[in-house]
Amino acid sequence: MLSASVDSVFVHKMWNDFELSKMVKGGIPFPMLSDAGGNIGTLYGVYNSSAGVENRGRFLIDPDGTIVGYEVLTPPVGRNVLETIRQIQAFQLVRESKGTQATPSGWRPGKDTLKPAPDLVGKVWEVWSVDKAFD
Amino acid sequence: MPQEFKAGCTRPTPPEEAVKPISTENTIQKKEENAMIHVGQKAPDFSLPAYLKGKFVEVKLSEYMGKWVVLCFYPGDFTFV
Repeated sequence: MLSASVDSVFVHKMWNDFELSKMVKGGIPFPMLSDAGGNIGTLYGVYNSSAGVENRGRFLIDPDGTIVGYEVLTPPVGRNVLETIRQIQAFQLVRESKGTQATPSGWRPGKDTLKPAPDLVGKVWEVWSVDKAFD
Repeated sequence: MPQEFKAGCTRPTPPEEAVKPISTENTIQKKEENAMIHVGQKAPDFSLPAYLKGKFVEVKLSEYMGKWVVLCFYPGDFTFV
């Protein structure tokens, strides 16, 4: 886990010491990066140069260094951490299966995966139903 | 008289009309800045100073090769959500 904003490491320290450590016991356990000038945010497409800040951009990077997913929100709406964790679990399962399994809409750990193969074409309706996206 | 403003979720910035681009060159540059990265692409490597558990450290993304990484950008420290 890495977090990044345009704030300096000194401000990160103050935020951790005076506020975040009151929400998270022992303080923030991961590096809080300082991207002054938004150079890295620009590389990732999340830097808003007129406001001088970075949007809420969240990138999932796999062990090969490939971006497998991202989500970008404007400032006033926070992220759903559980959804991020679910996506990581799904990507890990697919990777461990070496691509023999896929996770359909609504998948959570413990729910059925799909096994993509020629004989599944046109037969997804037999093994997956719309209610599984919502249960 | 200075006007009080409401505290929102972005850091206070000047009104947009106050920060007009100086030249067209600037506008072109802005377009490039907004180019979104794509899934399936290699994550651009970087090295940045960071605060970690009481210490100031330098963090390089490529040091995390072999691990799953969640990289989160946010508008600013002491914002609300």
